[in-house]
Amino acid sequence: MATKKQPRVDVKKTYKLFINGAFARSESGRVFEVSAKNGDFIANPALASRKDLRDAVTAARAAQSGWSKATAYNRGQILYRIAEMLEGRAEQFESEIALTSQITALKAKAQVTDAIDRWVWYAGWSDKLQAVSGATNPVAGPFFNFSISEPQGVIAIASDVSFIDFIDAIAAAVVSGNTTVVLVPASLAVPAMTFAEVLATSDLPAGVINILTGSLDELAPWAASHMDIDGFDISGINKKKHGELKVAGAENLKRIHAFSNGHSPSRIIAFMESKTVWHSVGV
Amino acid sequence: MATTLALTTYQLIRNGRKMTFEYAPAPESKAIVSIKPKYGHFINGSFVAGKKHFPTINPATEEILSLISLGGVSDVDKAVAAAQKAYTKSWSKLSGKERGKYLYRIARILQERAREFAVLETLDNGKPIRETRDIDIPLVAAHFFYHAGWADKLDYAGLGHSPKPYGVAGQIIPWNFPLLMLAWKVAPALATGNTVVLKPAETTSLTALLFAEVCQQAELPDGVVNIVTGDGSTGAAIVNHPGIHKIAFTGSTEVGKKIARAIASTDKKATLELGGKGANIVFDDAPVDEAVEGIVNGIFFNQGHVCCAGSRLILQESIAEEVIEKLKVRMSKIRVGDPLDKNTDLGAINSKEQLVKIKELSAVGDAEGAQRWSPQCNLPDTGFWFAPTIFTGVTQANRIAKEEIFGPVLSVLTFRTPQEAIDKANNTPFGLSAGIWSEKGSRIFWASQHLKAGVIWANTFNQFDPASPFGGYKESGWGREGGKHGLAAYLKNGKETGAK
Repeated sequence: MATKKQPRVDVKKTYKLFINGAFARSESGRVFEVSAKNGDFIANPALASRKDLRDAVTAARAAQSGWSKATAYNRGQILYRIAEMLEGRAEQFESEIALTSQITALKAKAQVTDAIDRWVWYAGWSDKLQAVSGATNPVAGPFFNFSISEPQGVIAIASDVSFIDFIDAIAAAVVSGNTTVVLVPASLAVPAMTFAEVLATSDLPAGVINILTGSLDELAPWAASHMDIDGFDISGINKKKHGELKVAGAENLKRIHAFSNGHSPSRIIAFMESKTVWHSVGV
Repeated sequence: MATTLALTTYQLIRNGRKMTFEYAPAPESKAIVSIKPKYGHFINGSFVAGKKHFPTINPATEEILSLISLGGVSDVDKAVAAAQKAYTKSWSKLSGKERGKYLYRIARILQERAREFAVLETLDNGKPIRETRDIDIPLVAAHFFYHAGWADKLDYAGLGHSPKPYGVAGQIIPWNFPLLMLAWKVAPALATGNTVVLKPAETTSLTALLFAEVCQQAELPDGVVNIVTGDGSTGAAIVNHPGIHKIAFTGSTEVGKKIARAIASTDKKATLELGGKGANIVFDDAPVDEAVEGIVNGIFFNQGHVCCAGSRLILQESIAEEVIEKLKVRMSKIRVGDPLDKNTDLGAINSKEQLVKIKELSAVGDAEGAQRWSPQCNLPDTGFWFAPTIFTGVTQANRIAKEEIFGPVLSVLTFRTPQEAIDKANNTPFGLSAGIWSEKGSRIFWASQHLKAGVIWANTFNQFDPASPFGGYKESGWGREGGKHGLAAYLKNGKETGAK
């Protein structure tokens, strides 16, 4: 006797944080609710705590040496691999962005294709940054003197809420060899954690990009005052709050920047540090 | 520009008899400088009398040289107003080509009056005439000459097409290289089209005020360079002034952090050149005699009043004893005394306050169990003096290994493996300078890659040049001064190409 086919119950995803290459729940056990434009429940992403932030910084610091010492060619290929993985899941991103943000499906599609192309753009920068930002300096003496740019270290990121700025901020920091702790507000939480799945399959070493979902009001001041964070991209923070973050960041003279021009070499170079080496010349 | 310290005596062996020749005093004449009894501020092209004054002294004799005006908020207001007016009315309207020619003029006048500046700097600062004459003042002229050439080439500095100046730059400089720090600040600011309000350090205003005369001789438009003298409160008035859009500061990390907080809620940009605790690493394959010269130059140059001084000597254990022995012999040849004497290597400590700090931290070194050594030297009775000093047996936990002493005091640590040397060198919140001594090319490059410092010297130390960017990682500051990189501090990015 044939039974009537029942509608399939789809399998929902549990949203976690992305720390040190692994998906972990917040140690605090806190979550927050993300809903669609029409109010339908979508997910309960983790509400990251201060301890989660510290864990993410520890992971980023541990990954620093390896990622910054990787060859520029290698970093470029890994960034290109992220574009490949993103391309394969473009439709998923389009629908998640359209579902959870205030933009139309058409605009969401445009952001995703831009984001994929952007990774290709950044991938190509990895081995050209020195040509653009470095110099050999003709000093008046028997020395060979040159300046190279190095990554600053661990960069916290609070990007603008658009998916494309989220991508710009991360890519600009990591292409030079920085490792990152990315702070993501509710409106970006769903595509951001899907992006973490892209990273997990992109040959990116664990700890290079750590993603925390939560409240920027909580997370940003913690990041600004963390003594083992070297720089902070605060493009997504309301300008009225820049002052208090910069005051907190002064304790270790963090390099704190906000950008209006999403993708430019100056955003990459802002999180690099110039090193000048004098070599004695003689026989 | 390298420095080599003169020997105290030289010995000649003739017919089996050892003959020792003492150096006779060789003082540089003071006649070339004329110091006024009292100075005002330099605002809008002329000197303006101040209300309150404080004395500036010769730290080698404690004799009062002149009275300096203590600038207040109203003086800073006037200076900023003059700088704003000059920016809108004259300086921003000039082409880069014409701006550059003013800078070339300044460079040439500084060269012409170099001896006068050298003597005045030595009198006011206490540093040896050999250094002001051969290093400070020639570098000052070189800085203006170098930046003059940038003024009409800013489109090619890698900052996009047609980068724009900020407007009025507020500049606060320290006492260790008074005129050189002025040049590091004023030359790039003017070349990039900014106008300037500058405050020299409280104890060393005289060469900045003489520089004001150079601006007059160069017929620099009124208000392009304004100099307000004073103390920390004057500096704070500059930092907090709403008419200033860019701050350039060289000084302590403590004050640098205060400035960072003070401008946090504003749109002001800042470059900060702050403290350091430079590691000077000597590997077992180093040319030891050259390294010893470099160690001496690294810490005793300018009485150790150098933010990038090699104040932590990190020696490979196998050669530590030999290096320390040779270093002690070399240190005993350092001539301490009259800064105007052309044979002097180590001059006076710049102020009583600084001398107290050096003595305090050195006493902490004793208390923490490090072994202090200084050569025998007769220090003059008046003035502020501190004998060249090394501490051996220093550990990383000791305060003399962590804190900037800013005096002629060297802390010696040892290491066994190259990685340990790097770990020790980087174990500091500072990141300004480092030195590497080795004859092995690949090791030098390896070490320079791993050191977290903005300026690294390989088989040399304390070299400076206007074409070479200077500035630090981490808590040593923000930004670079000098070279192509230094221009970025004074320009808003122009339209970028390539970001399509």
